[in-house]
Amino acid sequence: MPGLRIGNGAGFWGDNLDAPYLLARDGRLDVLTLEYLAELTLAILSHLRAKDPRAGYVTDFPDLVARLAPHLDEQTALKIVTNAGGLNPAACAGACGGILTGAGHAERPVGVVTGDDVLDRVAEWTAQGVELSHMDSGEPIGRVADRLVSANVYLGARPIADALDQGARIVLTGRVADASLTVGPACAHFGWAWDDWARLAGASAAGHIIECGAQATGGLWHQWDEIPNLAGIGYPIAELAEDGSCVITKADGTGGRVSAGTVAEQVVYEIDDPARYRTPDVDVDFTTLSLDEVGPDRVAVRGASGRPPSDRLKLAAVYRDGWTASGLLAVVGRDAEAKARAAGAIVLERVRRAGYTLADTLIECLGAGHVVPNVTRPAGPLLEVVLRVTVRDPDRAAVARFCRELAPLVTSGPPGIAGYATGRPTARPAFGYWPALVPRDLVDSHVDVRPAHDWARSLGR
Amino acid sequence: MNHDPREATSEPRSTRLGDIAHARSGDKGNRANVGVVARDDAGYAWLARHLTADAVADFFRPLGIGAVRRYELPNIRAFNFVIEDALAGGASRSLRLDSQGKALGVALLELRLPGAAPAGGTS
Repeated sequence: MPGLRIGNGAGFWGDNLDAPYLLARDGRLDVLTLEYLAELTLAILSHLRAKDPRAGYVTDFPDLVARLAPHLDEQTALKIVTNAGGLNPAACAGACGGILTGAGHAERPVGVVTGDDVLDRVAEWTAQGVELSHMDSGEPIGRVADRLVSANVYLGARPIADALDQGARIVLTGRVADASLTVGPACAHFGWAWDDWARLAGASAAGHIIECGAQATGGLWHQWDEIPNLAGIGYPIAELAEDGSCVITKADGTGGRVSAGTVAEQVVYEIDDPARYRTPDVDVDFTTLSLDEVGPDRVAVRGASGRPPSDRLKLAAVYRDGWTASGLLAVVGRDAEAKARAAGAIVLERVRRAGYTLADTLIECLGAGHVVPNVTRPAGPLLEVVLRVTVRDPDRAAVARFCRELAPLVTSGPPGIAGYATGRPTARPAFGYWPALVPRDLVDSHVDVRPAHDWARSLGR
Repeated sequence: MNHDPREATSEPRSTRLGDIAHARSGDKGNRANVGVVARDDAGYAWLARHLTADAVADFFRPLGIGAVRRYELPNIRAFNFVIEDALAGGASRSLRLDSQGKALGVALLELRLPGAAPAGGTS
């Protein structure tokens, strides 16, 4: 059976807009994946959906579909799998369906995966004694239940594979495990059994390596000045084989580099125990895998092993946690760091004298070693630092008052303060993150595959 | 033995981690992880003895961290360090500019370990 070429064109919402287009155009892909949802992205989407019931998905994605539509006739094999659906996959399908219909692809099947959004079920579950306690602190979710803005279970690869088996050319999901965006199309293509742990582990390793986009192809590399053409960096492609192994590579002629080193760094990126990388599909053991450079910008990944996954799925809930704001000013001249610290303290004291107590505050002197505080520190006196003052409080008015206190420093603080022209900071909603575990049998996923024009009509477009 | 990088820079027979390894860091909730990959097998074997969880914990102690766990991946010459309470509340709650721990990896490369690594890389 021929292999499967899967390229990942986005590692987060905000990633390069041209990368997925160029990857799909030049990558000779069977599958384009796009991973948009960081831990807090769904909180931002809930904010957007509250203002417009047809919002709540990643709006970059329909724009990409519009750019790719002219290429869909020549790329008959290309499928697209993405979690761009966010909190509203059906609305995302409606937007994409409208674009596809307008571009002459009205019959193209678009699949929507739902069931991850369990916000409405949290109260019912806790009433039934499902604890949903915080995975780290053990606190009961009741502490934040009245402030929840989103609650999503990480679904796995099965509904994605089901949608592809039903003919979908584009699959839109909400929250799914990052690696499952790769495992789903692999299972649909190769027909692996859902208990073929070694193959599922291999595909999960591939998905994990490519999920953060250009981080696998030379982005963040320590010898950054030796990587060719970082401005034109190619996004990663996994050439999956039937045995679950893969070769990580990138499109010919693109910038960046794929080496055993760039791939190894990505294997250990944002993981806990490497012998137990948990996904809804399989527990992956990375300690058994090997990396071999088998050609220019080609690294073979073999030997990942797997075990059955937990009978519980991860739930990621987000709750409102007051308001936050942050302001920056440059502080220049002798004693720059001392002046910056004093200026920050003056701002906070003025907020206090105005009658507000701020729950949490932080003064940072960027350039003086505060990004990794007290760990990295430049030698010698500094003639320039950037002052950053950040606050959080349940009371929006207190945070708003803070926002007005940075600018007056320019005339009433220590000398050498610049940068007021960039404007006043604004109070933004702050969110808290609540990871928990849910028994798998409480969660139902749903797959709905319909022609593009049908999705467009369902959204009234 | 002295793990404080600010004082140890004057130590003549020490090895800067960044001369024999590279690293990448990120977050999961209030936990950070730093993946460290040795440039060659000899460096991995040396780091297996010297780059202990305690050495990493001492380096990041000023951040107010909790426990550090070390995991070994000899097949790819890598270690994974998981650092509890590294992010002052995590990506959502931390007020820090680097609330996601993205800078911890390059910071750790400045760690000076006592003694000379096998294949160069000393100062």
